[in-house]
Amino acid sequence: MFYREAGQFKTRYDKDQAIFPILQDRWFIALVLILAYVIVPLVATEYWYQAVLIPFLIFSLAAIGLNLLTGYAGQVSLGTGAFMAVGAYASYKLTTAFPDINIFIVFITSGLFAAAVGMVFGAPSLRIKGFYLAVATLAAQFFILWLFNKVGWFFNYSPSGTITAPPREFFGRMVTGPEATSETRYFIVLVFLTLGALIAKNLVRGRVGRTWMAIRDMDIAAEIIGINPLKTKLLAFGISSFYCGVAGALMIFIWLGSAETEAFDINLSFQIMFMIIIGGLGSIMGSIMGAAFIILLPIFLTNFPPMIGLQIPTDLSKHVEEIVFGTLIVFFLIVEPHGLARLWSIAKEKLRKWPFPY
Amino acid sequence: METLIMIAEVMFTAPIADMIDSPVFLAEVIISGLLTGVMYSLVALGFVLIFKASGVFNFAQGAMVLFAALALVGFLEQGVPVPVAILGAVVIMAALAYAIEYLMLRHLVNQEGIILFMATIGLNFILEGSGQLAWGSNVKGLDIGLPDTSFEWYGILLNTFDLSAAVIAASLVAMLAVFFQYTNVGRALRAVADDHQAALSVGIPLKTIWVIVWTVAGIVALVAGVMWGSKSGVSFSLSLIALKALPVLILGGFTSIPGAIIGGLVIGVGEKIAEIYWGPAFGGAIEDWFAYVLALAFLMFRPQGLFGEKIIERV
Repeated sequence: MFYREAGQFKTRYDKDQAIFPILQDRWFIALVLILAYVIVPLVATEYWYQAVLIPFLIFSLAAIGLNLLTGYAGQVSLGTGAFMAVGAYASYKLTTAFPDINIFIVFITSGLFAAAVGMVFGAPSLRIKGFYLAVATLAAQFFILWLFNKVGWFFNYSPSGTITAPPREFFGRMVTGPEATSETRYFIVLVFLTLGALIAKNLVRGRVGRTWMAIRDMDIAAEIIGINPLKTKLLAFGISSFYCGVAGALMIFIWLGSAETEAFDINLSFQIMFMIIIGGLGSIMGSIMGAAFIILLPIFLTNFPPMIGLQIPTDLSKHVEEIVFGTLIVFFLIVEPHGLARLWSIAKEKLRKWPFPY
Repeated sequence: METLIMIAEVMFTAPIADMIDSPVFLAEVIISGLLTGVMYSLVALGFVLIFKASGVFNFAQGAMVLFAALALVGFLEQGVPVPVAILGAVVIMAALAYAIEYLMLRHLVNQEGIILFMATIGLNFILEGSGQLAWGSNVKGLDIGLPDTSFEWYGILLNTFDLSAAVIAASLVAMLAVFFQYTNVGRALRAVADDHQAALSVGIPLKTIWVIVWTVAGIVALVAGVMWGSKSGVSFSLSLIALKALPVLILGGFTSIPGAIIGGLVIGVGEKIAEIYWGPAFGGAIEDWFAYVLALAFLMFRPQGLFGEKIIERV
């Protein structure tokens, strides 16, 4: 009785096509937004910002990007880390070359660079499908990182080979660099995620998303009904890489401060892939929930044994964590292969009748 | 214009001139590439076996190599004689195969490929963690008594260890071929690889077959682990050779055993030649991605790999 659409009449077509047609959904989203924008900043500590909240929001953005490509358009990609690296290095080059340009414009532009690179490496998807494509995208992963590591121009010939986010301000407030407060950083990534999720949600329920899903479900049939596979697949790679690129730029500028190519290695690609699998393929909400799960799990695993008074030596605890992490992933895939998003919709279904079954 | 000529010089003229100048060195490069390729093939073989029989893209193959090598080293450190230690490692890999089937695969039947793939990445974490937890994470030497001396043959420098590795790999492949071709189990395996449902309907026990296939893949992993381990020591980095085997896999085709072998040799030779003749022009360390780009280029012309089954799509 808590989640039912009965009695909510729509008198206009545009109401019927609203992004959240059911009142309870609108309330839920409003509550989440209030929680994120008002309540969290009131209670969060420095540790929570740096270790949990900011990485969670950034990875959510990247996971949405990958989910658009893999979950909606059906193209498996293991090059996410590289596309994020393109965004990060592009924003670094742009803002060091043109310090006066607004940092937000830099982020968006670097996303465009990532989109271009993503489209280049997505081009083989026309010929190659499935796991062959997944392994082929690893070419992007290794080649791009090697390039950023070898060519000094990309990191401005700094002797350590790292890129460091220079301090930039926005309306008199430091937004990057060491002087920016955690709260400011949090709000920036939160705004990016809110806008990104909103745009993604609208993309996938519109024409573009429908063509993606048609290609995913059966590309030959989609081609026959008049969907151009070249345009559709490249658009999916482009938009997905745009999201990943912006997330990569945010990762360097807002979260890490400085990093080398190692931060974007293949483990990052797998991590984002885990997020969308655990969260649920083909679900924007699922990407965010999956990111939360994957970010929180290692933190929980590190902190839980000491909490119950169990002391594991540090060299062992790393392996134990690995084992538990792997086991939980396998367990989760067995229990609910469609991810947290499916659990969420099951819960909503239950709430229709609960607590009165008739 | 001048830079263009310079680039052409560095990229094309100079390497080829180098090759023609000293054919002996070129032969050495090719042979050492072939021998590395054999090692790649061994790892790729494990992937192909499992993919053919169960449709699982087993990312944990690299971790299985590490696990098998660690188990073997663990036995040897206890002072167990080499043949017994190898037998013990085989038993451990068989037990592992059974556990994987019982705890993981049987619950994931009929899931999409990508879910199975992610599950094997989870398995990868479990194997890496538990292997290092049980046998320690420091680099260990592995010596099973293969001779390791260099000698010259028509002016080409060769190494007995590499040669014996190649012989062992060749005999392993021959044994596998015989096993697949002439035994009842092998026939059943081929039937399962061809068509799961048809195999089930003529009474082939699918679950047993999977255990056998994973055991065979475990034994292949053990051989690969012994070879790589005696060459460069047994440590965590052993599980990363899975990443080296992936381009071999797509080059040869996911479903073809000869493909895995020839793909391994092509990648091994190509990588060595590229590193030695073109590496300086790129600033070195191109081994990391060269194999992938090579495989990608091949795929553009043959999307199913060199020897993969032709992909037939129906609406």
